[in-house]
Amino acid sequence: MNTRKIRVLVAKPGLDGHDRGAKVVARALRDAGMEVIYTGLRQTPEMIAEAALQEDVDVVGLSILSGAHMALTPRLLELLRGNGQADVKVFIGGIIPDEDIPRLMEMGVAGIFGPGASTEDIIRDVHAAVAK
Amino acid sequence: MTGELVSAALGGERLSLARLLSQVENDTAEGRAALTSLFPRTGRAHLIGITGSPGTGKSTLVNRLAQHFRTDPQRRVAIVAVDPSSPFTGGALLGDRVRMRDLSGDAGVFIRSMSSRGSLGGLAQQTAAVAHVFDAAGYDIVMIETVGAGQGEVDIARLAHTTVVVEAPGLGDDIQAIKAGILEIADILVVNKADRPGVENTEKALRAMLELSGPARAMQHHGKRMAVAAPAETSPEVWVPPIQRTVATDGSGVSDLARHIERHAEHLRKSGAWSARERARLEAELQALIQRSLMKRFRERIPDVDYDRVVGRVFEHTLSPWEAAERLIEGEAP
Repeated sequence: MNTRKIRVLVAKPGLDGHDRGAKVVARALRDAGMEVIYTGLRQTPEMIAEAALQEDVDVVGLSILSGAHMALTPRLLELLRGNGQADVKVFIGGIIPDEDIPRLMEMGVAGIFGPGASTEDIIRDVHAAVAK
Repeated sequence: MTGELVSAALGGERLSLARLLSQVENDTAEGRAALTSLFPRTGRAHLIGITGSPGTGKSTLVNRLAQHFRTDPQRRVAIVAVDPSSPFTGGALLGDRVRMRDLSGDAGVFIRSMSSRGSLGGLAQQTAAVAHVFDAAGYDIVMIETVGAGQGEVDIARLAHTTVVVEAPGLGDDIQAIKAGILEIADILVVNKADRPGVENTEKALRAMLELSGPARAMQHHGKRMAVAAPAETSPEVWVPPIQRTVATDGSGVSDLARHIERHAEHLRKSGAWSARERARLEAELQALIQRSLMKRFRERIPDVDYDRVVGRVFEHTLSPWEAAERLIEGEAP
């Protein structure tokens, strides 16, 4: 049973208290055979980066519904790079206006999933990003 | 590559430590080489096991205990939190960090979540090895939180110096407390959620269980205190598991619990039980490694076709599993 597993941190930064989406995704990734570390609500980028480091994850999935993605995402990416984890793939799920998507992708986000994204697509994209 | 990772991890480089833990968790050749080079540095940490049924508040208690231990800034704390893997997909949802957010930002604490990866017994196969890494990296306390365990998951007692069993009111009737297994491995019993109704009953049941199993000198019988012949080995060196009430959510009872844990470590050292436990633990680890290695070698020696044919014959009931095992080990392919 000692094959390498994809490790994913699912985190909810910011102040909105709605984590159903994050939990659905966490469960889907688990059912796809990944090891999912779930950290719960109201995480700061600092807390997320620290957990990503201690857990040596391949992927961080952020669930952001508060509209704070343009502040939280660059901060997290900066912290990951500062920790030597520039290779960690960051995905965002939630409510992200279309006009923000190109800027987030430019910053280095690996993928963005809005409402209605299928878990199959998310799993496929995570696999593809980790294989890169 | 291994050497660099090991020296960086020992030098306090946290990402290197995290990556080393992954190598060890994945049981890679690098991980095994690292363990061999780290081994002489192990044997200093106090390994504390935290076990108990799901929902008794183990993670919250670990969070509080770590905060308490960190009131001494010299004392570094590692936490290994094991959660079950899915038997169908091999995936896992590791959620213990949710209750440990207070520890975020403290560079003297390192939390690592582990999937049990199919192991039964409440731990992952590599949990002991991960604990060795933290020990070698200079963590003074390694808390190991098991999978929410039932009555059979007692591997933690073999790994930890001190095993804390966490109960909560209202989880089971009195008879549960007498059942063999998980309660017998307790060095310390905790009744968490002690602000809830039923705490007296839970504590009473645990105390009754201790009186039955422990080296009691006297016990209640029909309301009278009766002398009971104490076993010959009864002496001040015998550890009687204390029962501690806690409310992990507000921290009450936690400093008393920490004192019991420290007292237990002292007791082990004074009585010589510390080295006896270390020896038993290392022997168990050695045995497990030999078993795995022998099994691997054995499987490499027998071609898959032969092995599959034997399994097929056992399935058809034309060969008994006992005979099959014996003949395969003797090098035959019946």
